[in-house]
Amino acid sequence: MANLNLRKLNIILGGKNIIRDLDLQVEPGEFLVLLGPSGCGKSTLLHSIAGLVDADSGAIEIGGRDMTGADPSDRGIGMVFQSYALYPTMSVEDNMSFGLRIAGTPKDEIRRRVTHAAEMLQLDALLSRKPSQLSGGQRQRVAIGRALVRQAQVFLFDEPLSNLDAKLRAELRRELKLLHQKLGSTMIYVTHDQVEAMTLASRIVVMEKGQVQQIGTPLEVYERPANRFVAGFLGSPAMAFVDGEVDGAGRFSAGELALVPGAACCAAQVTDRAVVLGVRPEHVAIRADGALSGTVSLVEPMGNHQVVWIRCGAHTLASLVHDDGAWTPGQAVRFAVDANRVSLFDPQHGNRL
Amino acid sequence: MSLHPQGVAQSLPAAAGEQAPARPRSRRWRPARIGIYAFLSTAALFFLLPLYVMIVTSLKSMDEIRGSGIFALPLAATLEPWRQAWSTVCTGAACEGLRTGFRNSVAITVPSTLLPILIGAVNGYALSFWRPRFANLLFGVLMAGAFVPVQVMIYPLVRVMALAGVFGSLPAIVLVHLVFGMPMMTLLFRNYYCSVPQELFQAARVDGAGFWRIFIRIMLPMSLPIIVVAAIIQVTGVWNDYILGLVFAGRENLPMTVQLNNVINTTTGTRLYNVNMAATILTALVPLTLYFASGRWFVRGIAAGAVKG
Repeated sequence: MANLNLRKLNIILGGKNIIRDLDLQVEPGEFLVLLGPSGCGKSTLLHSIAGLVDADSGAIEIGGRDMTGADPSDRGIGMVFQSYALYPTMSVEDNMSFGLRIAGTPKDEIRRRVTHAAEMLQLDALLSRKPSQLSGGQRQRVAIGRALVRQAQVFLFDEPLSNLDAKLRAELRRELKLLHQKLGSTMIYVTHDQVEAMTLASRIVVMEKGQVQQIGTPLEVYERPANRFVAGFLGSPAMAFVDGEVDGAGRFSAGELALVPGAACCAAQVTDRAVVLGVRPEHVAIRADGALSGTVSLVEPMGNHQVVWIRCGAHTLASLVHDDGAWTPGQAVRFAVDANRVSLFDPQHGNRL
Repeated sequence: MSLHPQGVAQSLPAAAGEQAPARPRSRRWRPARIGIYAFLSTAALFFLLPLYVMIVTSLKSMDEIRGSGIFALPLAATLEPWRQAWSTVCTGAACEGLRTGFRNSVAITVPSTLLPILIGAVNGYALSFWRPRFANLLFGVLMAGAFVPVQVMIYPLVRVMALAGVFGSLPAIVLVHLVFGMPMMTLLFRNYYCSVPQELFQAARVDGAGFWRIFIRIMLPMSLPIIVVAAIIQVTGVWNDYILGLVFAGRENLPMTVQLNNVINTTTGTRLYNVNMAATILTALVPLTLYFASGRWFVRGIAAGAVKG
């Protein structure tokens, strides 16, 4: 278990500045998720922490020691890759013990650690198999086991579940969370899947174009997104954005859509300016006594809930409906927006007001 | 990495088989198919005819050759020409048969296959995983070397080797084959390793393996298909080589091809067609056997190099 410090990190690959002046502190035992769309630099950042990509400037400290120029194997890290990256000609046991054998760990100790990791990951019966004889989920467990036996200070995961089917992904996600609870190790996890990020993380780092957009607990990032990018990236269906104005009394209006945002929405009182209103679907409720009116344009049944898209003037809002009410396109409805849970953004730079 | 092109082919007839009752006409003997087989058999016959003539001629005595047509089967088959070709025929001044040439060719081919494969594999590995500075330029220069005709380089090479004092020796001819084999070997292995996920290499780096350990413990054991392909290309190339062996190997190490030429182009006495045929077949036997023995691997290796995965 160790902390990790990144200071003013810059990474340039092929003439492009992939990571710019990035600062990041990871506390010991934290499960930090780097979340962002593909090409945002999150994988590059992870690879530079692992020592597989060189930093052009800045410093990487692991467990209080400067590791900026250190070899990957000297950094006390264990890494799990998206494609599993198991050595195809070696058995499961040899795969897991490869690093220890290189380090010259005594045989008894290797055996003890491999057995321990195999038990923890339910791989005991598969130790003599080759990777090609394993299923995708088993392969990824072996890859995790390989990181475990190294007794790493920091575990790095590079989209480890992306190659698995949906059911297995959910299963392994839970296993990973249990593993983290059991080990208490520091883990850094790269994903573009917001569900993985929300469920696993103790803190989420949302990245875009090589820069950190927001760092916070899953709830903070979801409830109080720092800017429009974060707001739009998290949540499904995505947050709806409505361009409008706030008058002197603090009342927001955009055509037929009008409401008074609660005081909790913003850092300071917002008056007399153009804003972008952000509304999450779960804060739009279809109610007979709702203050707003519109027409249903589309209904998406999801099994345990349904998403009803409501057209209100020039804008379309989604509403999560948990009862089994029947809605048909074209139907006129009244609805209400929870004014205390909306977000307001600046129309120019997109930051939260 | 597992490629089973035949798996796809097998699944098609199986799927068609389920519908067989609804389709009375057999797929096997439609006119188009008969045409294909007719064409293929004719082509095969055409190409096998010279081999047939060589084999029957090599089994006849000289009297019988003079007396009968070239397509006729031998009346009194004899292995005497084969014995002569192997152990008594004159290959220049010495009359010890082709066996010395065979020995020389083996002595040249074994190191001239192993060394280029090993060095080509290291080159390909370094170029695709370690990406040294100017890797692409290096590779480009190496490839350009493959397009320079051998003849252009012979004279300079002779001079350099004479200066170094190794001209006309076994190391000299092995070195020449190593140099001329390098572009192809490097290209083969580079392309093969480019299809290996970079993450595998990275995982090994995290595990603490260095340049040679990753190569020997991880990459080399995965490379069997491409090693077989490289070996086939290199063995046949070196074995069939004539000009380099003639120039660089020196009097003591002349390969089988050069000695075969001496046997056939001898100007004294009558032409022993039967011995010539036997000698030619003996010389061609090594690459021929190699193709027959490794056909499956050959195809698999080519496919593995061509398809990324």
